[in-house]
Amino acid sequence: MSAVDTATPVRPRTSPAVAPRRRPGALARDTGIVLVRELRPVVRDPFSVLFGLVQPVVFLALFGPLLVGSLGGTTTGQDVLGGNVWQWFVPSILVMTTLFGTSTTGANLLFELQTGAHERMLVAPLSRSSLLVGRALKEMVPIVAQSVVVVLVMLPFGFALHPAGAVVGLALLAVFGVGIGSLSYALALAVRKQDWMFWVVQQTLIFPLMILSGMLLPLETGPRWMQVASDANPLRYVVDAERALFAGDLAAATVGWGWVAAVATAVVGLAVGIRTMVRSTD
Amino acid sequence: MIRTRALTKDFAVGRDESRTVHAVRGIDLDVAPGELVAVLGPNGAGKTTTLRMLTTLIRPTSGTATVAGHDVVAEPDAVRHRIGYVGQGNGAGHAQHVVDELTSQGRIYGLDRRTARRRADELLESLQLDAQRTRKVSDLSGGQRRRLDVAMGLVHAPSLLFLDEPSTGLDPHNRANLWDHVLRMRADAVAATGEPMTIVLTTHYLDEADTMAERVVVVDHGQVIADDTAENLKADLAGDRVVMTVAPGAGHDAASHLADVARRVEGFREVTRTPVAGGVGHGAGAVTLDVRAERGDAYLPRLLRAADAAGVPVETAQVHRPTLDDVFLALTGRSLREAGAPDADAADSTAPAPTPERSAA
Repeated sequence: MSAVDTATPVRPRTSPAVAPRRRPGALARDTGIVLVRELRPVVRDPFSVLFGLVQPVVFLALFGPLLVGSLGGTTTGQDVLGGNVWQWFVPSILVMTTLFGTSTTGANLLFELQTGAHERMLVAPLSRSSLLVGRALKEMVPIVAQSVVVVLVMLPFGFALHPAGAVVGLALLAVFGVGIGSLSYALALAVRKQDWMFWVVQQTLIFPLMILSGMLLPLETGPRWMQVASDANPLRYVVDAERALFAGDLAAATVGWGWVAAVATAVVGLAVGIRTMVRSTD
Repeated sequence: MIRTRALTKDFAVGRDESRTVHAVRGIDLDVAPGELVAVLGPNGAGKTTTLRMLTTLIRPTSGTATVAGHDVVAEPDAVRHRIGYVGQGNGAGHAQHVVDELTSQGRIYGLDRRTARRRADELLESLQLDAQRTRKVSDLSGGQRRRLDVAMGLVHAPSLLFLDEPSTGLDPHNRANLWDHVLRMRADAVAATGEPMTIVLTTHYLDEADTMAERVVVVDHGQVIADDTAENLKADLAGDRVVMTVAPGAGHDAASHLADVARRVEGFREVTRTPVAGGVGHGAGAVTLDVRAERGDAYLPRLLRAADAAGVPVETAQVHRPTLDDVFLALTGRSLREAGAPDADAADSTAPAPTPERSAA
């Protein structure tokens, strides 16, 4: 900062004519602005995307072989997992990456809540849902990049890629991710006074959801009550749908149920998120 | 530009109604286009809560507020489009580059990509932030961050700008610098658009309200207790202090006599300190008389002439201009410096701390 302010007055050469334009298309435009804004630091620091690959790779490298070892050769394994364990496990990893990525969006918000950056967004003429959708989609961009890497890495291990199914699968994950991201955002707002609570709640919820989705280990070999519990877990339907899609089976009924679960999660997430946001300032 | 009627905000604390914080209790406020208004009051007086209602950040419990022609509850989006806002905290995302964040703001307010970029460059130049263009916000100094906040508030050249404790946490130099910028931007905006720019700020710095604002609204316990120019408030509510000493040899009688003379001179308000003998050091033995008067500068010559005529030997005389603290004292019986009531602001939990601590997330 200079000692004396000697700047000559600068006339605003561009006089920004502000035309308050609203719907339709406003939501898409606002979401785009939020998405681009959120993505900029990621683009400037792509290392974070690489870092995000650690978790899926660890699971593939350390958990995958155990799965192959314990179930790969058995008849149960044959029945449940199908011929190729990787065909069963790789979609799980993609769902897991989405789940972890989007459920932690709220954590980024915690700091912005303290500084005033979030308040700045609330006072701006942005539709409230664009804040939720834009942030959740921001998490999806690196996830898609990571998914591509995971799939490419697994091709030599006998993983068969069905491109159309994979694209639809990622779209399904994006819809599901918007829901989870919005819930994460709402959680951050709800616990803003004790921010450590964010991680307590996130961790407490995420592991039961994951295990009861049959993501890591097949539920078919588990007790009956777990199978019943998993019926109420939307994540299970998403996982099943992803497996069908990555097997190239676009018309399977499980895919339909997966969409129902993903859309329902997104609708509930957005409703809870917007409600929490509107109330958060009171 | 702003019109509120019985604007009220209660914050519920738990379920116990008796603990509800009445942060703002029925404020009527009218601000005309082009005014520069300071809302002054102790911590917890309801300044920030009022501002947050006017900027659509919180909904009023009752009452109405029309800002820039639109109702804050019915048409929050229209209000948001028309106002600039600089909050207590720093509005820029800490991971963002300075120029990116400003461009994003421009886009939010409806500028196309190129215009937003150009407007960002323009603001960086006029706020002397061009050197920090591609720096990360988290690497900026406090003063730089504050100027970036102002830039963000002005990105769409609003005709109404809200500043919530703009200079809290800044050192005096940075504070003066910030005000130079704000006032210059205001003048520029007038020159460019031909439209006056209205500024509403909250502050608990007396001198800030005193020197910067053209009008001061004093708020206490969620109510407006005074509203006028700083000059008028001081003249009407506090009055000037005139302090005189009588020569040491003249004795106590001379001082009492002087007090009698002072009472009869036009502009006299009250004797705030009856003649006291003593004093130390230089003035040892002198008798001091303390008088409050309207227009002290005019009162003093009159008083001196009257004292001469009455044969009272006045040795020294001083006029003290009152501060807004004297005004607050006259209004409430409390000093602004110690009148804090943190409850209301604590309940207003989403207001970011003025100096946020960094906590890793």
